[in-house]
Amino acid sequence: MLQVDNKSLSTWERIKDSDIYHSFINSPTAIVSSTILFIIFFCSFFVELITPYNPFDPSSLSLMDAFTPPSWTEDGLARFILGTDGQGRDMLSTILYGCRISLIVGFSAIIFSLILGVGLGLTAGFFGGKYEMIVMRLTDVQLTVPSILMALLVDGIARGLISREMHDEMAIYVLIFAIGISEWPQFARVSRAATLVEKNKDYVSASTIIGVSNIIIMFKHILPNILRPVLVIGTIGLALAILAESTLSFLGVGVPPTTPSLGTLIRLGNDFLFSGEWWITFFPAIFLVILAFSINLLGDWMRDTLNPKLKK
Amino acid sequence: MLVVAFVSFSLFNFVGDPINNMVGEETSDEERAELRKTLGLMDPIHVQFSRFIVNASKGEFGISYQLRRPVSELIVERLPATIELVVISALIALVTGTLLGVYTGINRKGFLSDFVLAISLLGVSLPTFVIGILFIYLFAVILGILPSFGRGEVVDLGFWTTGFLTVSGLKAIILPSVTLSLFQMTYIIRLVRAEMMEILQTDYIKFARARGIGENSIKYKHALKNGLIPVITIAGINIGTLIAFSIITETVFQWPGMGFLFIQAVQFVDIPIMSAYLVFIAFVFVMINFIVDILYYLIDPRIRVKGDVASG
Amino acid sequence: MTFLKINNLSVDYQMRKETVNAAKNVNIEVNKGEILGLVGESGSGKSTVGNAIINLIDEPGKVSSGSVILGDLNIHENSESIVKYRGNKIGLIFQDPQTSLNPILTVGEQLIETIQTHLKLSKEEAKNKSINLLKEVGIKDAEIRFDNYPHQFSGGMRQRVVISLALCCEPELLIADEPTTALDVSIQSQILELIKKLTIERNLAVILITHDMGVIAETADRVAVMKSGNLVEIGETKKILTKPQENYTKSLVSSVPPTNKKISRFVIVEKENSDKKENNIKILNRWTKKEIIDQSLVQIKSLSKNFDDNFFTESSKNSVMAVNDVSFDIKEGESFGLVGESGSGKSTIAKMIVNLFKPSSGDIFFNNVCITKIKKRSELMEFRKQIQMIFQDPYSSLNGRLKVKDIIAEPITLHNPSISNIDLNNYIYDLLESVELTQKSADRYPHEFSGGQRQRISIARALATQPRLLVCDEPTSALDVSIQAQILNLLKDLQEQLNLTILFISHDLPVVRQMCDRIGVLKDGKLCEVSNTEDLFLKPSHEYTRELLRLMPKIESIYN
Repeated sequence: MLQVDNKSLSTWERIKDSDIYHSFINSPTAIVSSTILFIIFFCSFFVELITPYNPFDPSSLSLMDAFTPPSWTEDGLARFILGTDGQGRDMLSTILYGCRISLIVGFSAIIFSLILGVGLGLTAGFFGGKYEMIVMRLTDVQLTVPSILMALLVDGIARGLISREMHDEMAIYVLIFAIGISEWPQFARVSRAATLVEKNKDYVSASTIIGVSNIIIMFKHILPNILRPVLVIGTIGLALAILAESTLSFLGVGVPPTTPSLGTLIRLGNDFLFSGEWWITFFPAIFLVILAFSINLLGDWMRDTLNPKLKK
Repeated sequence: MLVVAFVSFSLFNFVGDPINNMVGEETSDEERAELRKTLGLMDPIHVQFSRFIVNASKGEFGISYQLRRPVSELIVERLPATIELVVISALIALVTGTLLGVYTGINRKGFLSDFVLAISLLGVSLPTFVIGILFIYLFAVILGILPSFGRGEVVDLGFWTTGFLTVSGLKAIILPSVTLSLFQMTYIIRLVRAEMMEILQTDYIKFARARGIGENSIKYKHALKNGLIPVITIAGINIGTLIAFSIITETVFQWPGMGFLFIQAVQFVDIPIMSAYLVFIAFVFVMINFIVDILYYLIDPRIRVKGDVASG
Repeated sequence: MTFLKINNLSVDYQMRKETVNAAKNVNIEVNKGEILGLVGESGSGKSTVGNAIINLIDEPGKVSSGSVILGDLNIHENSESIVKYRGNKIGLIFQDPQTSLNPILTVGEQLIETIQTHLKLSKEEAKNKSINLLKEVGIKDAEIRFDNYPHQFSGGMRQRVVISLALCCEPELLIADEPTTALDVSIQSQILELIKKLTIERNLAVILITHDMGVIAETADRVAVMKSGNLVEIGETKKILTKPQENYTKSLVSSVPPTNKKISRFVIVEKENSDKKENNIKILNRWTKKEIIDQSLVQIKSLSKNFDDNFFTESSKNSVMAVNDVSFDIKEGESFGLVGESGSGKSTIAKMIVNLFKPSSGDIFFNNVCITKIKKRSELMEFRKQIQMIFQDPYSSLNGRLKVKDIIAEPITLHNPSISNIDLNNYIYDLLESVELTQKSADRYPHEFSGGQRQRISIARALATQPRLLVCDEPTSALDVSIQAQILNLLKDLQEQLNLTILFISHDLPVVRQMCDRIGVLKDGKLCEVSNTEDLFLKPSHEYTRELLRLMPKIESIYN
């Protein structure tokens, strides 16, 4: 029997008392990865304040500085810590700007697919019947088509529909849409499964008997209860979306070189790999890996903590 | 499934104006019209579409807008390269992935398990193209022991060109196939591990322990057999994903396969190649699903032996 | 002669906040040829003791002290040595036969493997032994069934297979952990008979772990009572059940609903909310009390329901009739009981009355209006207000993301949107106090409450709309007996004070006898008989009712 003590706890005390908080405090990987993520997020969103150069301002660039190696090597210059690329742009600044693009695309895509997927999954699980069958059939079909292929496909269609002049402007939106549309089945599947479980719980029946309408039951009662697994998928999905963005950009069908993302930078640097200017491609790649790795670590920790089945 | 594939082709048929992409700005209108006629783009849409289906069933997809060669010819030329790459990668990913997954699932604690897990998490965070670039840099540029692009010398068997019969061909496939399999392998490790861990906590494992069945039999007979069932599904999806990701690997290593062809087609909006590639992909997916269903039927007694529950 | 000797056994669970002593210095002795019943409520540590004997405790628990002597062997000498006695000297049966067997190995494969692990037999000999075993535990066509997979057996048959697996290497000690809890009464009695028979034939020492005092009374020679890890009392079953020494045992025994008589209230020795005095039902002055007139409030006319689910139609071509042509009336102000085993359709009827399912055919009249044909939402809302329901599982019937006050406020604001905040809060407090909870409960979340307290919150929510009919679907079957007694008392009080009409659904005949005025017996979707409670128990007219009454475990059987 649970002993209920007589004082009500404040929200902060509840958080401090929760298992999640304790698991976080006791998990060095979770702390390290979230710290790294925080630094990366902070630096890339306030990049103007942090870096002395704007790599996209042609007046500040000098071709004289092109191909400067990192500062610790023989020919390095102290003011370009990670060296410069073929146009004399400071690598560190370029990476941070690129990282911002990658993060914006990744976040927007995952939010887009989250809303689409959870919306479809929730309604499918709740209403059932033919509608559910169609939605689930659709997710099954799309799940067998790998997401990167799906994104390529959507991007291909969009290229055909949008005129060439418009394309560069629209590229980022096309990319968000392409990645978002390729990731939604995961969310739909997870949220439908969770909805089916919740729907059969008695509190939903109780609300129906009271006379609460279906829409309110769905959003007030079921939605908050299915968010946990959705958030886990969302975190891992964010890493996948960022990787997908960089992959598409690497393949040259992503964001245009005028506003490069990490993937674009790697592709541009790849051409110099054989001529010995390894840093142009190496640093964006390492940065991308650290970013994805941290998100995955955090997602992994979340999954272990939130999954009651694997509790030790 | 095929229906879905066809819908996407019909979409392609209406999308964009390939002529604009094929010719330069200075081409006269007459020349354009002439080209349209030869490509059959002047015909009404339903004629184009039915022609497309009839031709597709015969394996003809028209003429590439960009390369001005029959698509079927291009496909046959590129197909062996892709298949060899995917088959080798699938074998690497499945065998190593399953073995390591089972090992880490059974030995939850221990240095080797932790190590494999950390590597696998890193693997999920490494986009294929970054692995490819790193490999090229390491083995081709720095060490110079393996080729960085192409298939090496191939032997023409008439209907099939293979790289397996020459030393340079075998050398050439090492880097791309390892690159391609790495991401999938880490994915499989994690899935199999989670599956094994869940099974080891079930009641029937506990009951087997209570009967004094030896730990080895419990782990490698009772748990492993149940744990391998989902691997079939994973293997199915795995091959599909490998085909999709072969696009990237082929681009990085300039492997003359279908993915390389496809990515060029997307960049130039070369619709016949794109649709042919999609028919091929759809066909492969249908086949994979079919095979997976059959394997399930053969392996899982719950599906094979239906019903007839005796009354108590 | 003492065969098993448990000395000072302690089991600790190292948790984040504290160390939980699941068992504290437990001393138990079991003789050969005897069944020792180990009873206790949830969390009493009875299963922990069972698992500790063969050192099969889930992490992070571990045996912290004590010894287990089996015959002249100290089987807890070290943690490795116990492994070789599992299955060989000691057999174990778990609660749920559905999950105890490996789904992808045939029954035969699992038997042969177990036998060959412990006995030096050839495959052929092991097979013969297995088939004989299957016959011994009462499986027909054992030669054919030998090659079947677990999913081809029904629940009761599967438990027989589990027993044969536990006994296949001729252990001398059998530990049965709630072996019949997942089964229906009729199958339960068969399995218990089987265990009794095997105990005598094989001269086994048996530890039967259960929460059901009726089962204990009918099967155990001696009984050990446990509470929060402590052994409270141990002795002859008859002595413990008739003249308990300890307070806890007294309260446990008095909480068990008697099967042979109707009592007005349960005697509560230890109360869940010990600070509460007599219940004063505060919502009484808000309640617009209906005068009881002798008329039917609910009339059910040839109600049928078949589930046209693909899942069902696939296995058997004709769809399953969950409810088949059922008709009965519920009078205003009475308690009507519906009893039946699992799959009898009793819950389906309840869900049709509260309008969660639409009937396939037939009508339900409430207050002389046919509620199955209502289309307009406003009219439907009027009936929703008057019919409320209490569910079986207190853990799933409350939304864990809402505070208790928001849970109870939902029905109030929905049916009376103009209610002021002060009125609303006062009403919530009154409702909480009426179900014997404190006002402070309002600001807490459901997970801070025990099962019994949650069930009280459920009742408060159901009463918020001032219903005339309360449908209770197994409201206490997930609760421990002492809590059950308190909840049943509360329901009786509420009904008396508020003139509620109650439809009480249960598989538990003694409970129904205590709660209901009239009872309907359901079997496979059909209504066998309806009669006054005492008539039903004293002179049942239908064959099936007689069968149920005969098989029902009776705590009173100990007196004979």
